[in-house]
Amino acid sequence: MTEPRHDANVSPEQAAQTGTLAARISLTHRAGGVAVPVVTVLVAFLMGGVVVLATGHNPLLAYRDVFNGAGLNWIFHPTTNIADTAAYHLSQTLLATTTLILTGLAVAFAFRCGMFNIGGQGQYFVGFYVANWVGFALEGMTPVLHILLAIGAAVLAGAIWAGIAGVLKATVGAHEVISTIMLNWIAIWIGEWLVADGGPLQDPSQPFNPTSKAVSPGAQLPVFWGSQSLQGLHIGIFIALAALVAFWAILNRTTLGYEVRAVGFNPDAAAYGGIDVRKNIIRAMAISGAFAGLAGALDMLGYIYQFSQNDIPVSAVGFLGIAVALLGRNTAIGTLLGALLFGGLLFGTTHGLTSNVISPELAGNLTYIIQGLVVLFIGADVLILYLWNSRRRGRRRRPPAPSAEAAA
Amino acid sequence: MPVLRRFRSSIAAVSDDLVLEMRGIRKEFPGVVANEDVSLDVRRGEVHALLGENGAGKSTLMNILYGLYRPDAGEIRLNGKPVTFSSARDAMRAGIGMVHQHFMLIPVMTVAENVVLGSEPVRNGVFLDQRAAMRRVADMARTFRFAVDPDARVESISVGQQQRVEIMKALYRNVDVLILDEPTAVLTPQEASDLFEILGTLRREGISIIFISHKLKEVLEIADRITVLRRGKKIETVPRQGATEASLARAMVGREVLLRVEKPPAEPGEVLLSVEGLHVRDDRGLEKVRGASLEVRAGEIVGIAGVDGNGQTELIEALTGLRKAEGGRIEVGGRELRHASVRHTLDAGLGHIPEDRQRRGLVLEFSIAENVALHDYREAPDSRWGWLFPSRLIERARRLIEEFDVRGGGPLTPAGALSGGNQQKLVAAREISRDPKVLIAAQPTRGLDVGAIEYLHRRLVTERDEGRAILLVSLELDEILSLSDRILVIYEGEIVGEHGGEVSEEAIGLEMLGGGQRQVA
Repeated sequence: MTEPRHDANVSPEQAAQTGTLAARISLTHRAGGVAVPVVTVLVAFLMGGVVVLATGHNPLLAYRDVFNGAGLNWIFHPTTNIADTAAYHLSQTLLATTTLILTGLAVAFAFRCGMFNIGGQGQYFVGFYVANWVGFALEGMTPVLHILLAIGAAVLAGAIWAGIAGVLKATVGAHEVISTIMLNWIAIWIGEWLVADGGPLQDPSQPFNPTSKAVSPGAQLPVFWGSQSLQGLHIGIFIALAALVAFWAILNRTTLGYEVRAVGFNPDAAAYGGIDVRKNIIRAMAISGAFAGLAGALDMLGYIYQFSQNDIPVSAVGFLGIAVALLGRNTAIGTLLGALLFGGLLFGTTHGLTSNVISPELAGNLTYIIQGLVVLFIGADVLILYLWNSRRRGRRRRPPAPSAEAAA
Repeated sequence: MPVLRRFRSSIAAVSDDLVLEMRGIRKEFPGVVANEDVSLDVRRGEVHALLGENGAGKSTLMNILYGLYRPDAGEIRLNGKPVTFSSARDAMRAGIGMVHQHFMLIPVMTVAENVVLGSEPVRNGVFLDQRAAMRRVADMARTFRFAVDPDARVESISVGQQQRVEIMKALYRNVDVLILDEPTAVLTPQEASDLFEILGTLRREGISIIFISHKLKEVLEIADRITVLRRGKKIETVPRQGATEASLARAMVGREVLLRVEKPPAEPGEVLLSVEGLHVRDDRGLEKVRGASLEVRAGEIVGIAGVDGNGQTELIEALTGLRKAEGGRIEVGGRELRHASVRHTLDAGLGHIPEDRQRRGLVLEFSIAENVALHDYREAPDSRWGWLFPSRLIERARRLIEEFDVRGGGPLTPAGALSGGNQQKLVAAREISRDPKVLIAAQPTRGLDVGAIEYLHRRLVTERDEGRAILLVSLELDEILSLSDRILVIYEGEIVGEHGGEVSEEAIGLEMLGGGQRQVA
């Protein structure tokens, strides 16, 4: 699904020469194939298991319960009957997956342009707020139009929010990691203010209760598996899957994607080729933010409908998107698999967990332990690369290297 | 503690006494025989050049000698005794040192600290004896005339000096054989000639030097004997006396090579590139181009000669829209381009072979097909309404690969996997295939081997005869002299001399150093 050109025969030294983040990651990819993320996940689970063991529980049983909690045991007896526990849990896992696909894409797209978008959480929030506002303020509109309008407005809001970081980088060189983190906090506090007593989105029928109004039924996304009252699976998952296809097509089949990748790999060569590097920085950030804004819209219109001040600090789907994208190596198919993994973990270790093997307090944190380890391992790409190469050297008992001559 | 045993036993230069013999070395990598039955012997106190094109097996052979690879067959004898090395540490202990193209120095440490790193002198068996280290390094720097301050931090000294630190590291460990892997590739001409003086001193002290290179001229200047490799096999070992550039090139490439470019007289037509009173500043705000004016006509090659750093880079960047010019005029085919973007210069018919193909000319991670489209991806037939057609890119890449004889991969091979010569052919293929009116070729043959240089030079002449205006900017005076129909000399951002194609190297050399008409005037 991704580039067939990622042949194994580029010498790492050459790939590293351009030195951008994307070039470095691409080098890791070639060196490790699909093995690095798989090994990363296995090691992360292993270390998570050590934590469980240290608390005096059996890690194998704990992971079995997480597996069942995520509803993945559904594959042993598939059924569409939502009353079935496994089926219900699976629908909840897929609900989380929907969000994580999009917040993952928000990180992956910027990454392909050589930028690290840490601001998925903030971009998600602005989409979330805007979808809520359009969702209740235009009550009475034709349902399909209302949904499209709410989604469109949220996507635009996410794009603008991320675009601010892009503009700052392109004009004054402010690093996107710093500016997106700051924008996250601005988004969080804007949310707190929006629903504070007397805030613009606050529900006046419940004075002193910092909660927004609910999205009107006409703007709510249809649920196709389960019931709306029990947080069923909405059609947003198909929108997320379509976004994956769009992500792949934009990057690999459009001139826009060509520019994004050229800038990501080598901005000097891109400029020489006639590509406007600044424009691409802004545009790639905006597209990234659009994915995150879409995630916020689907959550709001799909099953959350209204939010209170307490909901804001507990959301971490934007940050999980970083792990999803890194694990999925910023490709479409990888992001899908990463989102499934973390979606399963997210639900399987919390609400889905019906276990007395591990306590829920520990289980809920297991997701974040594994997430942290994944980011750590992928971030330490040089280490993984080194381990991988030394393993391969050991196996073949010779250095990998006529390319050393070619590099000369 | 022995300081430099070389002083105690100074041996007469170039004896017949063999310090190193390699016999029947064979090394195979998956799919490639990098060395086949290669033999090499090195005398005490000689500079032995190892000459060959890229990929001829020079580096492999030396990596075997330095213990980085193990040979599949063959024998190495050092001072008459057979040796096997399983690591660079073994080789170093036996008296073999190597200076790689990429230096292995720690930037934040001083010269002396870098030199002694790994074999620090200790006091009382525990403490690092900083002063003894400093003294020994300072002694060494003085006796070999290294002109390096032992207290300076490595990050603050020039590339040429860093290279000398690498050489000092080897000398500090008392090597008998010093391998230098293409040492001049990173040096300016002045630094190269300083290096050659140091090598002369080392040779007189009885140290043998193996000098890897693909530059014929410098090999003839510095080597006592020359061994030529071609496609992994040893072709010959010859003394410098009697060897000529032509004979060495023939041995390297395996056929007669035209070192002089054959070209009919130019037939210049209308002016296609015209520059008047151009002023350009560099990134630090220094004015690097100061009122340069020049013209290039259809069907001629105009060479710009000059010492590195006299404004060539900024001039080219201004012409191609990569840098804003402060004042003056640039016209291509009558279109004013001083304020133009890169895209506008491309549309106006400007082609540009950039001086750094890896940093600027290619996206190394992109496939050949994607690189071929670097300027044209936005236009039909590559794309329409923003939709890219990869099959058309691939088809075009296939055509250009064939026409320009780019070897080492197909349309989907990453450009980074190609050798330097083939990368440059790919850049040239892309630029020429866009049918530019004006072609700017900056350092078009830097780092390339003889065969690739010959190809690119012939191609530039062909394109000239097709009626293109070609502006050649090169630091290699030979290249300027052999290709140009007219030669301009740039010095401190000004054009200080203009000559016809036939002019002596000395006359230009003087102007390049600022000793031309400006002083006369």
